[in-house]
Amino acid sequence: MPSAQVNNRDRAPSAGSKAGSKAGSNAHPSGDKRFKVLDITMKRNQHRQDALIEVLHKAQEIFGYLEEDVLLYVARQLKLPLSKVYGVATFYHLFSLKPSGAHTCVVCLGTACYVKGASSLLEALKNQVGIEPGETTDNGQMSVMTARCIGACGLAPAAVYDGKVMGNQTAESVLDNIKGWLD
Amino acid sequence: MDLNELLEIAEKERQRAASVRIRCCTAAGCASSGAEEIKDRLEQSIKDAGLDNTVEVCSVGCMKFCGRGPLVEIDIPGVLYQQVSGDQVEAIVDALKQNKAAESGATPLDREHPFFTLQQPIVLENSGKINPERIEEYIAVGGYQNLYHVIHDMSPDEVVDEVTRSGLRGRGGGGYPTGLKWATVAKMPEGQKYVICNADEGDPGAFMDRSVLESDPHRIIEGMAIAAYAIGANHGYIYVRAEYPLAIKRLETAIKQAKRLGLMGSQIFDSPFDFKIDIRVGAGAFVCGEETALMQSIEGGRGNPRPRPPYPAQSGLWHSPTLINNVETFANIPAIVREGADWFASIGTEKSKGTKVFALTGKIRNTGLIEVPMGIALREIVEKMGGGVPRGEVKAVQTGGPSGGCIPAHLFDTPVEYDSLIQLGTMMGSGGMIVMDTETSMVDVAQFYMEFCRGESCGKCIPCRAGTVQMYQMLTKILRGEATLIDLEQLERVCGMVKATSLCGLGQTAPNPVLSTLRYFREEYLELLKDSPKAQGVASR
Repeated sequence: MPSAQVNNRDRAPSAGSKAGSKAGSNAHPSGDKRFKVLDITMKRNQHRQDALIEVLHKAQEIFGYLEEDVLLYVARQLKLPLSKVYGVATFYHLFSLKPSGAHTCVVCLGTACYVKGASSLLEALKNQVGIEPGETTDNGQMSVMTARCIGACGLAPAAVYDGKVMGNQTAESVLDNIKGWLD
Repeated sequence: MDLNELLEIAEKERQRAASVRIRCCTAAGCASSGAEEIKDRLEQSIKDAGLDNTVEVCSVGCMKFCGRGPLVEIDIPGVLYQQVSGDQVEAIVDALKQNKAAESGATPLDREHPFFTLQQPIVLENSGKINPERIEEYIAVGGYQNLYHVIHDMSPDEVVDEVTRSGLRGRGGGGYPTGLKWATVAKMPEGQKYVICNADEGDPGAFMDRSVLESDPHRIIEGMAIAAYAIGANHGYIYVRAEYPLAIKRLETAIKQAKRLGLMGSQIFDSPFDFKIDIRVGAGAFVCGEETALMQSIEGGRGNPRPRPPYPAQSGLWHSPTLINNVETFANIPAIVREGADWFASIGTEKSKGTKVFALTGKIRNTGLIEVPMGIALREIVEKMGGGVPRGEVKAVQTGGPSGGCIPAHLFDTPVEYDSLIQLGTMMGSGGMIVMDTETSMVDVAQFYMEFCRGESCGKCIPCRAGTVQMYQMLTKILRGEATLIDLEQLERVCGMVKATSLCGLGQTAPNPVLSTLRYFREEYLELLKDSPKAQGVASR
């Protein structure tokens, strides 16, 4: 298998790959329509193996997380060893192999947020919700995460609620913003 | 597209622009304080007041005073309102009708404050002035004319020479002379070459590159195209963090617009020069800011660095010669071409030319983005521009992120330049500047950065993978009051080992926050040791 990887590195992207020429006949057996959306993304990238990260981004967007079945499918379609796909999926922090909650609260732990008390926000969440960063509540309603830096340092400390960035957070405002999420 | 067509677009745009413009900052900082809503409400009010023929509401990039967003600026009477809320919109429009500043509600910022007057914008010259989503506005301020000039009036060697003479050094933090890097790639035999813009701004506490990309994306494209022409490349990549969705969106828009006008693609400006740019989005790995790891990531793999040499300039992306520069470095290029190398070299100090953009944050009154000439004293930045700390006293400034160090307050008269900062045991870094007050524990800060490096180590080489874990554990032990002097010595030994033997920049610089806090704030470590009287107080509590 390693030879496939060496070839990939040696081949310039413009040279393209023939790996996906038969992709149409390899559609996912479950018939799940979401795989078709993923197919379109791979097609748009001409099934190039170096587009793996883009494809995984799209897969996570469609499926919410990267379940094993999805990784297998991507590996097959891009003609990559599963070890490589799994290696990439686990290397990058933004790819998640576990489902996350219906709502997510991301607390920024960049330096500016840190010196302005981001840890008290996490403390408040822990006391209220009872989960540590990276965990999801048992009922699957809410996940708490941390970010290295979201670049909103002027508004430190910042947190992201379901994709919406809010600045100048306090322990009280955090609890206010997640009100109703746990029901 | 030729020069006349370009000038025509510029002229048309100048005529189109309404006589009065209300500029709303919609960059990430202000956007998260509700800037989009303010912009919509302003648009509606202007329409309701029947002013939409003479007044235009437009969205622009960063206006620098990020801590006081949303920011709204009006040409006449030339005021910059801070923290604009929905109910102040009416007052602003009413005042505009009478051609004066709003008296009630909205608070204008003092433009004569040193925060603004000490700035010298080159990289940020268009930031907050033009709409980043319209290429016409960039062309109207002279954009893409530098590219035309370079292609038609200069040879590639002359361009490299110009950049070399300007004295520009890499703005990603290392400070490697940009001209030298360009010359190395240009000298490689003809064939496939690449230009990469490193927009993987991973340092926590830094958002300069983000602001440049969100405020003036065409500037980066023009800078990259000039570089490509100089070194003989026809393909470029911008590697940008996934955490910056707005920057990605604006870059995509900019690339589409440039293609539409024939400013990207084949035979640009009717010359044999071809150039295209692809965007690659990262997936949250700090180590991908390291150039060899970044290239691995563009190739679709894990972001593991590899030993150098060979340097990317010799063998980079897909083994081709590759030029990698930071966002801010490319952003300087159009200005250097326009004004000349001598003009650029006249700014700054002997060994550090030009300006540097910093993200001023932390425990400071005025947070935001500043662009200052090299050589300015830290004191000017912290006390005059930043207005000092809100409470208590300033203790230190951290620069260079997890690879840098802390500069104590008594050394604030040091000029900000590459070499003087290295002498202090820190580095320029990409431009994060985090102010800490006396409440901040420096051992805690050191542990914070070590936690960061521990989590971000790619795991390829053992000194970094195991060393960061060891150092983190020792710092935790110290913070718990369980360590002795022997542990402290051990910590220093491990720091030296990791620094000397790690494969890439991440590991080699990971001990810096510990070493620099040990150098200037050693007593804080000693106080926490088991046998110090203070630590015993903590333990008995």
